[in-house]
Amino acid sequence: MAQDMTEKELLKMELDQLKKEVKNERQMISKTGKEIKEYIESMVGEDPLLKGIPEDKNPFKEKGGCTIS
Amino acid sequence: MATEGLQENETLASLKNEAESLKGKLEEERAKLHDVERECGRRARRPGRFVMKTRRTLKGHGNKVLCMDWCKDKRRIVSSSQDGKVIVWDSFTTNKEHAVTMPCTWVMACAYAPSGCAIACGEAFLVKKSVAMHTNYLSACSFTNSDMQILTASGDGTCALWDVESGQLLQSFHGHGADVLCLDLAPSETGNTFVSGGCDKKAMVWDMRSGQCIQSFETHDSDINSVRYYPSGDAFASGSDDATCRLYDLRADREVAIYSKESIIFGASSVDFSLSGRLLFAGYNDYTINVWDVLKGSRVSILFGHENRVSTLRVSPDGTAFCSGSWDHTLREGWNRILLEK
Repeated sequence: MAQDMTEKELLKMELDQLKKEVKNERQMISKTGKEIKEYIESMVGEDPLLKGIPEDKNPFKEKGGCTIS
Repeated sequence: MATEGLQENETLASLKNEAESLKGKLEEERAKLHDVERECGRRARRPGRFVMKTRRTLKGHGNKVLCMDWCKDKRRIVSSSQDGKVIVWDSFTTNKEHAVTMPCTWVMACAYAPSGCAIACGEAFLVKKSVAMHTNYLSACSFTNSDMQILTASGDGTCALWDVESGQLLQSFHGHGADVLCLDLAPSETGNTFVSGGCDKKAMVWDMRSGQCIQSFETHDSDINSVRYYPSGDAFASGSDDATCRLYDLRADREVAIYSKESIIFGASSVDFSLSGRLLFAGYNDYTINVWDVLKGSRVSILFGHENRVSTLRVSPDGTAFCSGSWDHTLREGWNRILLEK
């Protein structure tokens, strides 16, 4: 538990983690950034908060009043 | 003895130096991949101006709302509060379906099970079963892909994976240097990982099976209050007390965007993406919700309505609405009503 560890133990834990991470494989931003953008663009048409929902399909719309004639 | 004290200090200092130099090396390695300035937003079409309004206000909690979650049925919501209550709401009608009183007051975490038949909160299940045991407060919890396992984050600095049926600890995750405040599970397609954020300003990505931390990011200047995976699972966003939200690209292994403005000086408590990942909703301690354009890095909209800190915020499972909870004792739902010119 972090709360029980001394400063030295915390540092050692951090060091061990950093040593592992330096060896991680990474990809170029030009590739990964482009893929994020492409993902968004492919899904944007389906995003209800971006394009809005027609009132008749909206489950949250306010109920209309009734009139008795 | 005086000499032993000196040795102790030297070891600490040398450890610190080693950590700093490793961090420097890590930065260098990451910078090698930075082959383009973040251009991906430049050619993206600007979303049309739009207006969002609170459509429903859920009233009933007697104190600060601390956490909320949507049910997979896209209709029910569970919320927990400092009043010790956990309430299940029908978000269409605003009726309360269930209310449970917990033995404690600060019920900081609640989550809906994938089946919709159970909820987890604080330290117990709806069926009054005690599952998770941490030595400090529980800050966040989430079911994994089934009702059978639950992931928790704690003030004791660890995260843990539990078997619901037996209450057994399946895996524990050590690595944060301080309280863990939030966690989010990767979308199921991307495998068994989750991300956590803590008071040590770090966001850490974990392998659920091995308990190992795969990647960590330390770019925030203060506590990370909220982390949320980007819909494809290749990135995640964070919200922090340093008043910024940030986006981290997991495959490039670096922070790729900061969402901030000079005028925003209060911490971000909670973040979530819209369905496509184009918009990032963030709730702040200054009572507002800012909506960010993830690609361009600019703010698209600012939403007012809450009368105290926004503490929790989630977009519904089908992306049609979002709900925010606040210290003003209410939950508010909003959605896009009018789409103005493109």
